[in-house]
Amino acid sequence: MDKQALLHRVVSRQGSIVPFTFDGETLEGYSGETILTAILCERAVLRQLEFSTEMRAGFCLMAACQDCWVWTRDGLRLRACSTPLSHGLDLLSTPPIMSEA
Amino acid sequence: MPTIVIIGAGPAGMRAAETISRAGLVPILIDEAPRAGGQGYRTPASGISIDTHKLMGSQSKKYQQLHHDFLSIVSSIDYRPETLVWAIENNTLFTLSHNTIATIQFDCLIVASGATDRVYPMPGWTLPGVFTLGGMQLSLKDQGCAIGKKVVLFGSSPLLPLVALQYKNLGVEIAAICDTTGFAGKISALPSMVFSPGTFLRGLSYLASLTLSRTPLFFGVKPLSIEGDHRVRGIRFLTGSGQEKWIECDGVGLGYGLKPETQIADLAGAVFEPDEDLGLWLPRMDQDGRAGKNLYLAGDGAAIGGADAAEASGKLAALAALSSLGVYCDAKQQTRLQNTVRRLRAFQRGLARAFAPPQQFAETLADETVICRCEAIHAGTIRKALALSHTPPEMNRVKAITRCGMGRCQGRMCAPALQAMIIHHANQSLAQTGRLRGQAPIKPIPLSAAGETAP
Ligand code: FES
Repeated sequence: MDKQALLHRVVSRQGSIVPFTFDGETLEGYSGETILTAILCERAVLRQLEFSTEMRAGFCLMAACQDCWVWTRDGLRLRACSTPLSHGLDLLSTPPIMSEA
Repeated sequence: MPTIVIIGAGPAGMRAAETISRAGLVPILIDEAPRAGGQGYRTPASGISIDTHKLMGSQSKKYQQLHHDFLSIVSSIDYRPETLVWAIENNTLFTLSHNTIATIQFDCLIVASGATDRVYPMPGWTLPGVFTLGGMQLSLKDQGCAIGKKVVLFGSSPLLPLVALQYKNLGVEIAAICDTTGFAGKISALPSMVFSPGTFLRGLSYLASLTLSRTPLFFGVKPLSIEGDHRVRGIRFLTGSGQEKWIECDGVGLGYGLKPETQIADLAGAVFEPDEDLGLWLPRMDQDGRAGKNLYLAGDGAAIGGADAAEASGKLAALAALSSLGVYCDAKQQTRLQNTVRRLRAFQRGLARAFAPPQQFAETLADETVICRCEAIHAGTIRKALALSHTPPEMNRVKAITRCGMGRCQGRMCAPALQAMIIHHANQSLAQTGRLRGQAPIKPIPLSAAGETAP
């Protein structure tokens, strides 16, 4: 997976640093950020589309396109652009249970 | 006391809530976002120090006033952020908040659901690094992040230079602004521009300051492709004079104007009419925003008018709702607001005409271009289905055959393209082409929420 960041922080942060994992790797974001921001400030891809080999990294950033889904290890589906980052989230780019609708 | 519910806490919903609250009632204000302001007037996430004054320029006074006024009433209304309305049946709303489903009975509903970008596909538009123009702006305003270090803005929208300038001011290189419309279109739209020359001049001054600082500006371009291996490396297009041009970049913002989010109005029973001029199906309503019995629509979710029109139409809808409930209303104020809304929406109509999406797009789009992002359905598949159809094609039929529009975004991203392809193929009107209907749940609901119901 492309490890070069897609997004770039261009204003300063006052929030605290929030550690989380994405596909087993430990990453850091800031409080106040969405999951999408935190991941894409470290990586270029959020997920692989189920229907092809295409990589996706969100599109609308306003909870409309549904192209930014990620999963928690226990199977909860999260819309990354509208879900705030929280401490210790264990996130995956593919669903842990393939039967998830 | 009657229950008035407002859906959406952008400028329209915030003003509606304030108006009802000042009349002595307690409205329920439901919003999907965690903070009020909608997409345009959203406050930055906490801890992210953005100079909103610098970012919003001349709009920042209105933005501050709106939030100031809202803050003064928010404790006396029933404000429910982070809550999605996903279905409506009779007079009951079905909501989802923090994985919990609940219902709300209402007597009167004001829908202020806002708008999303209208986008048209081009090869490579699903690559990481390509975002909607609105998304690109939100990333900056809400999250303090740029979508790249070297960015191209592409499409047809008066917002292209505005967003470019916001990025530029924060040190991001703007590799190019590519407008698919030419200057001629803008000049012919001028008669309706005079309704609100201030806004138009503001747009021009953005353009001017970009030109002065040597940002490459292209007018009348034709999209070819966005290219890259798993992420954007550059964009290829034809210039106005037909020259092929390749520009390296690591981020692209795509936008062809706005399109109202009408799914909730649809579920609430609004009647829709085709606006052939704008290429949009819009809910029918009177000058107060009344779209049915006890149903009112306001803001960009009803008709694109911009933030000022949203504030005024939110107040107007609230006043109309109040007077229908027998609460006294100032008729003079209503007339004033009606005039404001009419004037501003007429101006936006002119803008939309000046920045019309490229009509030739449907003809030239390569077969392997993804149209439906959700299910990766290509232009060729849709063309094949159209060629096989014996009756005049209609949106819902093509959707059923190809699955385009059936994905989890409910056609929010692909409908404009699907519509353009059908209209072009059959050479028919928007009225004949039909529209994708909003269906419950209007956004995907996690399976885990299905079993839990709030008391
Ligand atoms: S990026 Fe579109 S829903 Fe998250």
